[in-house]
Amino acid sequence: MSNLRGERRDVPAASNHEELTKLRAAGYNMLVDLTCVDYLTKGRPHRFDVIYRLMRLDPATGEDLGRVELHCAVDGEPVLRSAKDIWPAADWLEREVWDMFGVRFADRPGIKRLLMYEEFVGHPLRKDYPIAKRQPLIGPKSGDKADSPSFNILRPTVTGE
Amino acid sequence: MKKTYMLNMGPQHPSMHGVVRLVLELEGERIVDVDAEIGYLHRAFEKHSENETWNNVVPWTDRLNYVSPLINNVGYAMAVEKLAGIDVPERGRYIRVIASEISRVTDHLTCIGATAMELGALTVFLYLIKGREYLYQLVDNLTGARITTAFTRVGGVKGDLPPGFAEKFREIAKEVRLCVAESDRLLTRNRIFMDRMEGTGKLSPADAIAYGVTGPFLRSTGVAYDVRRSHPYAVYDRLDFEVPVGSTGDNYDRYLCRLAEIEQSLRLIEQCLKQIPEGKHSLEPKEIKYAFEIQDAGKLGDTALLAKYAAKVDQTLEGMSKDDQPNTRVLDRKITLPAKESTYTNIEGLMNHFELVMWSWGVKIPPSETYFAVEGGNGELGFHIVSDGGDGPYRVRCRPPCLFPMSAMKKLLIGAQIADVIPTFGSINMIAGELDR
Repeated sequence: MSNLRGERRDVPAASNHEELTKLRAAGYNMLVDLTCVDYLTKGRPHRFDVIYRLMRLDPATGEDLGRVELHCAVDGEPVLRSAKDIWPAADWLEREVWDMFGVRFADRPGIKRLLMYEEFVGHPLRKDYPIAKRQPLIGPKSGDKADSPSFNILRPTVTGE
Repeated sequence: MKKTYMLNMGPQHPSMHGVVRLVLELEGERIVDVDAEIGYLHRAFEKHSENETWNNVVPWTDRLNYVSPLINNVGYAMAVEKLAGIDVPERGRYIRVIASEISRVTDHLTCIGATAMELGALTVFLYLIKGREYLYQLVDNLTGARITTAFTRVGGVKGDLPPGFAEKFREIAKEVRLCVAESDRLLTRNRIFMDRMEGTGKLSPADAIAYGVTGPFLRSTGVAYDVRRSHPYAVYDRLDFEVPVGSTGDNYDRYLCRLAEIEQSLRLIEQCLKQIPEGKHSLEPKEIKYAFEIQDAGKLGDTALLAKYAAKVDQTLEGMSKDDQPNTRVLDRKITLPAKESTYTNIEGLMNHFELVMWSWGVKIPPSETYFAVEGGNGELGFHIVSDGGDGPYRVRCRPPCLFPMSAMKKLLIGAQIADVIPTFGSINMIAGELDR
């Protein structure tokens, strides 16, 4: 089976933009995905792992000439630089990473959430965000749990309630 | 100085395929700027997955792209299998390809039908939805549900093809081809349809690649990238199919690409039904033997058996010392649920079943991470999965194929007329369930 994941490379977060620029120059013309993993309780030196997935796509034949997976370990501080000047696709993906994990990009101070609404407090995919927590814009203002069986079968998250 | 004004389309505009909001800045009828706001259908798929067991995530994947749920099922299950390092029997792979291709046809039929309806061709919509209805009946026959299929399991599929499936498919394929041919006659050379579609929503190949666009959208620009071709999974490497490409990358090309792909998908299913071998459709639960029997076999040098059987340990730990117990449990890497008959009729099956469905007891996958992608209805549907050794995923990232053309909305719409929003948006085939997860 061909390799969809490509070679894994670990890059210091501070030099992510340099590395990405180099890879873009080396022909990696598509940013396939940009995502993040929260290793809160796994005892790693850095809490978040931001993953850039790149592909070298030959426009003439439509062949995938190779992929690479870039990992940047970060903590809460905004050290990563935005890649949206290299691939416009990074714009929304970075917004999602900020929205879901609260990982900031240094040169995008006014970044907007992508999926949640602006009034939302917290970052839902962090491991310390309780899965059953409610933040209703409408309905009960107290944020009480709904009286529904689906709220009772949920397993507690790592550090959640 | 020219004056512009803002127009809010959505969040519940009837032409929108699911809930999304477009904020347009207009100068007369010309679009000066556009901002797409998404997230109205966010149901926390990724968060929920982290709190489920490996198999329990499958039903959540139905709700991603709800027009082609089977492809999502297959994509997720194959990603987990890649992580666990297991392989599905031949027949199961064929069944997965058949299921995926049925879903691809329903996806494309819906997309073309809805686009045509929004441009005033209601008849075409009815023809194509009729075709889709036949396929939904087939899906119902196969999986037991029309949309919420939950068809795959880690290690296989829910069940074998129902009796008479091939004949039923042949009849239905005839009907679907008829619907497509009728719509083709009504639409492809239709003056009104062409005027609305040709030259609108254009994207150059370079831009499409820069925006991460895949699937029929990318192929309409002339780049023949298809995951099934570049990274053949399941049995696609043995099947003969074409990858239709467009030339200009406008809405009309996307329509033609999807129309051509319907035919290719039907051909793929026909080939699968011809080639499909007899045999098991899923990995079987390992045969259970007493631990002492396995130990005896090992002493006699028969180590090949060790991986084949799961160990059964008495409560009294008869036949083995207590120190050996952890080792025998490691051997017991059962993945698939036992057959329902076995669950209901004998104690071993029942216990096997319970152990698999109980939290923190079930399928355990060693700590690792992987990425796997299949060709979804809209492009590369990828799953990045991280396991921490538990009975469920530590993190599931779904790469939603329609997020990428949506993020290219500015490129597609700026400078166009307000009427071009409708066909362009239709040909993106945005499915809110997948976009917002």
